Amino acid sequence: MKPAAASPAGFSLRRRLVWQFAALSLLLVVALFFAVRFAAERASRASQDAVLGAAVISVGDGIRAVEEELELDLPYATFSMLGAMGNERIFYSLSTGDGLVTGYDDLPQPQVTPGDLSPVFYGADYRGSRLRLAALTRRVLLGQRIEEITVVLGQTRYGQAAIARDTARSAAWIGLGFLALTVPVALWAARAVIRPVDRLAEAVTRRGPQDLRPVLHPAPRELVPLMGALNGFIARLRGALQLAETFIFEAAHRIRTPLSLVRTEAEMALAETTDEALRQRLRRMVRAIGESSRSANQILDHAMVLYRSDQFMAEPVDVAALAGSVLRSVRAVAEMRDIEMRAEGLDQPCPVLGDARMIEVALRNILDNAVKFSPDEGNVLLRLSRDGGMARIEVTDQGRGLVAGDADLTGRFRRGSNVGDVVGSGLGLTIVTEVAAAHGGRFTLSPRPEKGTCATLFLPLSSASA
Amino acid sequence: MRFLLVEDSDDLAAAVASRLAMDGHGVDRAATLAEAKEYLESAPYDLILLDISLPDGDGREFLARERGARRETPVIMMTASASVNDRVNTLDQGADDYITKPFDFAELQARCRAVLRRHAGAADSRLQYAGFTFDALAATLTVGDEVRELRARELRLLEILLSRPGQIFSKPHLIDRLFSFDEEVSDNAIEVYVGRLRRKLDGSGARLETMRGVGYRLIPE
Repeated sequence: MKPAAASPAGFSLRRRLVWQFAALSLLLVVALFFAVRFAAERASRASQDAVLGAAVISVGDGIRAVEEELELDLPYATFSMLGAMGNERIFYSLSTGDGLVTGYDDLPQPQVTPGDLSPVFYGADYRGSRLRLAALTRRVLLGQRIEEITVVLGQTRYGQAAIARDTARSAAWIGLGFLALTVPVALWAARAVIRPVDRLAEAVTRRGPQDLRPVLHPAPRELVPLMGALNGFIARLRGALQLAETFIFEAAHRIRTPLSLVRTEAEMALAETTDEALRQRLRRMVRAIGESSRSANQILDHAMVLYRSDQFMAEPVDVAALAGSVLRSVRAVAEMRDIEMRAEGLDQPCPVLGDARMIEVALRNILDNAVKFSPDEGNVLLRLSRDGGMARIEVTDQGRGLVAGDADLTGRFRRGSNVGDVVGSGLGLTIVTEVAAAHGGRFTLSPRPEKGTCATLFLPLSSASA
Repeated sequence: MRFLLVEDSDDLAAAVASRLAMDGHGVDRAATLAEAKEYLESAPYDLILLDISLPDGDGREFLARERGARRETPVIMMTASASVNDRVNTLDQGADDYITKPFDFAELQARCRAVLRRHAGAADSRLQYAGFTFDALAATLTVGDEVRELRARELRLLEILLSRPGQIFSKPHLIDRLFSFDEEVSDNAIEVYVGRLRRKLDGSGARLETMRGVGYRLIPE
């Protein structure tokens, strides 16, 4: 069975999951990239600042007052350390309140007055380069007065920028790698999430049209409300069907009893009159009653078959014994018209897996049908054999057979176009087909080459005998 | 044959009884299970026709008690319910056959005959007339040493004629009893069977006579 088309507003849950997963990953990767870059920059700046701070302190330590003069020992070793990171340029200046003492006179000065031991760090543009500067104040006794000397040491940070760029590039590549990984992972995750839904759908789709048992397929907790709704719906549907079946049973039963009496009266009247016209009328009346009661029987059988397919319980059934007893019952009626009923293959048990009552109804309908369409003094043959894993029950008659184009007589209320005066509701073969379907077997009806029809019912053998 | 009919609907019981009487069977009618019990204690029966729902109980339980007490008189259940469950249950409880109401009398007769034939062991169903012996259950006619098989309708016809030898049976009467009402038959259909039976009666000392415009009768030659 093809599932009905999805609702027009349908979207793919799987695609949506993949997209969301990928978008989230992208966001995370970008965030990671910036976080790494920021952290790397801060770490390298902090370490370089420590070096720069140490350098400015050592410059400060190199200031000495000799007599009235300031004397400065530039710590070249420290400067070379500053340049170690790359080809950095270094600037310095020493100034008092009165002005520059030595160094670059236009080197940017700190905004705040720096302390004595802990340098102040700041950045500024100088001579076309971005500088990182550290400033320190030293108090020097110069003669009789204390002079405040501000030491400023600046360096370019080409090396740091290069390292930051490298780090950022690595972070970007790693991020892209992660992003590339997310796509298959997202696909896999989405499939894993969707799989229980697919399985559930499959389990529901696989069901036969009469299968109205609740769905007990294991499902994740999130699908439990959906399952609940589905099972609630199935239960309501089944309730409605059962109500209809009960109603059919009851109605057929109530119609039957008065019909019985009408038929009896008509037959008695028939026996009492010799008027030919009246007799014809009464016969037609009796026939109509017969037809309606047979239809009632078949409707009941049909309701029963639907009900039992719904609650299908298979157990081993000896179809040979069952066929024998049905044959015996139908034979009594067949003899009324001198129709001979023979059976082959009923001498050995033939266990099939199924519901004995449904099989009984199917066999009875097939045999009734064969007798009904047989000419007087005809032959009906029931042959039981094994065919693969199936029991094959073949009933042949010498009836009027099938007319081309009538091949499918198994639908409800369908009758052949050549039934003529033979009464019937057309439900019999539907019943057989439904019984076959419930058992996982099949039912075929085909014309015989010479004359008549061959009805074949296949039912799966029980595994013990297969 | 002696039948016990257990059926609470008076109309139906009367109709069934009169119909079976036509075949020459003696029929006692019981309307309740209690009555049926009395009848069964007072006389032997060849066949019981038993309705399922009776005023004082369920026919199936009655049947189960009968079978429990090892009384094996054949039983045909008559039921207004065509549900398969009921049908199968009745057979499980030891009924020999069942028939659903409203039934065709011809079908009831056919079923009675089939059941009686299966239980034929004890009963003597042979009947002597003129120069032949007729065995209804074996469906044979014996003339001298020759056993002639009868087909169902020939047998029915002979049975009817033998129930009142010498009496004239009209064509319509014979048609009603020989054919199911479900069949479309013409009045001439009967002639085929009269002809066949006549051949089987050859040399039997009995003659199937046609009374033109009236009917048929069986007389000794």
